[in-house]
Amino acid sequence: MKNKVLLPIGVVFFIAAARPAFADAGTINAADTAWMIAATGLVLMMTIPGLALFYAGLVRKKNILATMAQSLGSVAIVSLLWAGAGYSLAFSGGNAWLGSLDRILLAGIGMDSTNELAKNIPEALFMLYQMTFAVITVALIAGSVADRMKFSAFLLFGAGWLFLVYVPVAHWVWGGGFLGAMGMLDFAGGTVVHLNAGVAGLVAAYLLGPRRGYGTENLAPHDLSLAVIGTGLLWVGWFGFNGGSALSASPRAVMAIASTHFAACAGACVWMALEWWSRGKPSVLGMISGAVAGLGTITPASGYILPWHGAVIGVLAGLVCFWACTVLKERCRYDDSLDVFGIHGLGGALGTMLAGVFATAAISVTADTPNGLPGALEGNWDQLRVQAIGIAVTAVWCGVVSWILLKLIDAMVGLRVGLDEERMGLDVTLHGEAIQ
Amino acid sequence: MKLVIAVIKPFKLEDVRDALTALGVQGLTVTEVKGYGRQKGHTEFYRGAEYAVHFLPKMKIEIVIPDDREDQVIEAITASAKTGQIGDGKIFVTEVTRALRIRTGEADNNAL
Repeated sequence: MKNKVLLPIGVVFFIAAARPAFADAGTINAADTAWMIAATGLVLMMTIPGLALFYAGLVRKKNILATMAQSLGSVAIVSLLWAGAGYSLAFSGGNAWLGSLDRILLAGIGMDSTNELAKNIPEALFMLYQMTFAVITVALIAGSVADRMKFSAFLLFGAGWLFLVYVPVAHWVWGGGFLGAMGMLDFAGGTVVHLNAGVAGLVAAYLLGPRRGYGTENLAPHDLSLAVIGTGLLWVGWFGFNGGSALSASPRAVMAIASTHFAACAGACVWMALEWWSRGKPSVLGMISGAVAGLGTITPASGYILPWHGAVIGVLAGLVCFWACTVLKERCRYDDSLDVFGIHGLGGALGTMLAGVFATAAISVTADTPNGLPGALEGNWDQLRVQAIGIAVTAVWCGVVSWILLKLIDAMVGLRVGLDEERMGLDVTLHGEAIQ
Repeated sequence: MKLVIAVIKPFKLEDVRDALTALGVQGLTVTEVKGYGRQKGHTEFYRGAEYAVHFLPKMKIEIVIPDDREDQVIEAITASAKTGQIGDGKIFVTEVTRALRIRTGEADNNAL
């Protein structure tokens, strides 16, 4: 029995160790590397503690620690699986559908290695940076199923979803797959990260069912100040998320950061205005939600557009996501507890379409694209068709596979905690701890 | 001896404490509580979800006094806790059968 497990593992390690390192030191740029190291830190910070605080502040006191555990668990498990096989299958060559096994267990990554997609930085850094994106995408999904999902089921789902949804989609859009080849524009993950997380969250929220007391009991956030702090970390971290997606310390990174920041500000202002007008008071939750909506929506467009486009996109994000979190959710009666679909899902889709509208050729001039990448406003109306295809493919693949995976995990360990456990709270029942 | 329980608006605590100290009442116990009488709660709004919050924060003061001070103490609490607005609170009085000072063993009125 032992040999059945140890022998294959031993063979894999042997093969991995035997691969020669690919040397390409000549193209590595120190300035780009320095920025990308910082950006990697910023994006990891977005998950821990950014998202952990943001989500934890929005749930009831008895579930704060369990909510944070989902972010922590995502970091630990997704990071290791990414290094093990995720990176290879997403970003190492391959075909239109999936990467190769060349970089399993990071085989062949030496001091001088680079990835074709980012020859200016060490490959290990490119791998780490992309890892932080995979991590936060999985962590985001937890928001939809707050207060009621088994920790074991969440970890299993995260691991399976990473390989079955995130890795393929990342490959299709960024890793040399068919969507990128078609000319689809997604600078930092409107589809790969936000639409993916939103659709998976919606499916999960639907399959798990609403929280007990949804619609009748008081499920108010325990400590919004945690959520505000989390928003700050997410906002600043997003400078690394979008700015770092330029993969260089360059004017392009700066343009991405500028449009990102203005989108956040515009989103916050619009949501604030909408609440002030409709309810008489602008809430703090509304301000941070508007900011995050702006940030999520600008993500796919950020490195293709002018800074003032960012403000416009932020306004639209505030309007659409506000509608989704209030009107749509009410009408469709789904308990997407922390509005992952309303903000990240719809925001990501909207932003991906708007990338096709606002893309400005002057921003995206590179060695590979000497004429830049124009969008609809510069005459390239076909870009909208390409963007729509990318959105549809991602949404459908994610929705269907997430559904199947969740059904499987339900059969294995069960998805939802029992009624008593939900009433007592997940901190005590799943983790044996409590906030005093 | 009497146990006087007063549920008052939280911001009135210091005024009530000052009034009782002026009377010579030496100690009291305070608990943060929630409750409502005729005062309505408020609504809170969280991104599409509206919650009616019925319970309002109040302060509960408990003091044990000798029988002969009952009227004075009630008078003092009432005067200092009153705002004239709905939600000022209530005072309840019950009998206490025994009291003891833990440190010295003094009993009943000598313990107050």
